[in-house]
Amino acid sequence: MTYVFTAQNFEKEVLKSKRLVLVDFWAPWCGPCKMMGPVIDELVEEMGDKVKIGKLNVDEGAAVASQFGIMSIPTMILFHDGAAVGQVSGVQTKANLAGMIKKAVKA
Amino acid sequence: MRKVIIIGTGPAGYTAAIYTARAGLKPLVLTGERMGGWLTTTTEVENFPGFPEGVEGPELMERMLKQAEKFGAEVKIGSVTAVDLSSRPFKVTTDEGEEEAETLIVATGSSARRLGVPGEDEFWGKGLSVCATCDAAFFRDREVAVVGGGDSAMEEATFLARFVKSVKVLTRKSEGELRASKPMLERAQADEKIGFVYNVDVQEVLGEKVVTGVKIKNNKTNEESEMSLEGLFLAIGHIPNTKMFEGKLELAKGYIVTEGDSTATKVSGVFSCGDVMDWKFRQAITAAGTGCMAALEAQRFLESSEA
Repeated sequence: MTYVFTAQNFEKEVLKSKRLVLVDFWAPWCGPCKMMGPVIDELVEEMGDKVKIGKLNVDEGAAVASQFGIMSIPTMILFHDGAAVGQVSGVQTKANLAGMIKKAVKA
Repeated sequence: MRKVIIIGTGPAGYTAAIYTARAGLKPLVLTGERMGGWLTTTTEVENFPGFPEGVEGPELMERMLKQAEKFGAEVKIGSVTAVDLSSRPFKVTTDEGEEEAETLIVATGSSARRLGVPGEDEFWGKGLSVCATCDAAFFRDREVAVVGGGDSAMEEATFLARFVKSVKVLTRKSEGELRASKPMLERAQADEKIGFVYNVDVQEVLGEKVVTGVKIKNNKTNEESEMSLEGLFLAIGHIPNTKMFEGKLELAKGYIVTEGDSTATKVSGVFSCGDVMDWKFRQAITAAGTGCMAALEAQRFLESSEA
């Protein structure tokens, strides 16, 4: 399943998570973010066992977005032990995201 | 093996998908990196026939997708990494494997042109953006600039002005020589928050963790200077996505060349439609129009080669 992260659960679900977490920062008014929707869903199906994957709506989680210096969406950040270990902005292919995750799994 | 593979999911690709699917050809449609294409980054589309109240770009594309799927098009998310057009069936390599098809419709569209200056990659997504509708809200009450002098630059500047403190339009051209159409230019010029800086080339994007400014050079006086900014938006046009077709299809200035009033390329069985072959109009409706042509021509090609 695709997780929904919010300002309220971000610390518990992302920063304190024992698993790798991929966060897709998006907003409903952002067209390219919508393009990422189905990509993220497929990624969950294929890699959901290796990594926790979810979305954060920057309208509702503005504080989190600003904490991580988000200035462009879509931005995807991969977290490990509370720290960002990978970050990409703009529409990404599934292969790009999968590559970022695989690299972090090996590390 | 497929009868038709369509690469690209803008108005051209989806229209080709609707027509070929409706003809029973069960097309495979590969989305590319940007599913739905450019229209998904626009707000309201006011000039697409059939929508007197206007329609949001992303919604229009979602409707086209649904219409294609309704007739049996298989839409697959993924990028094409290579094509082999040397013999039929054509081979298309994707992120996930290889597909073969008797005919190919290339509707790969265009990507935003980039500046190609130092700092551009480093600050991508960190104050440097190609999508004002996506990112304007992060620059509330900040000072930003738009690079470009065409309609899309005016649209970006006008949209940004609703959020930011000020917008400078940085253009290489002189006053009175901008490419933007009159109504778009006048709308931007009438906006108190928008100012124009003429005859400048951007030489470097400056910043630490995020964009803090640009280095510019006046192309008349060769005078160099720095400008403080908190955000930089690029609207310097588009380049056709044809890299993987170099040496395989005939290209002119990067665009795929088609024959006369047809969408047929120099390779028999390969058709092309939309912005990747149209350097002139580049409208959603013209892309849809050539998408339809490509579908009908692919269909005829299949019928004649089976006969």
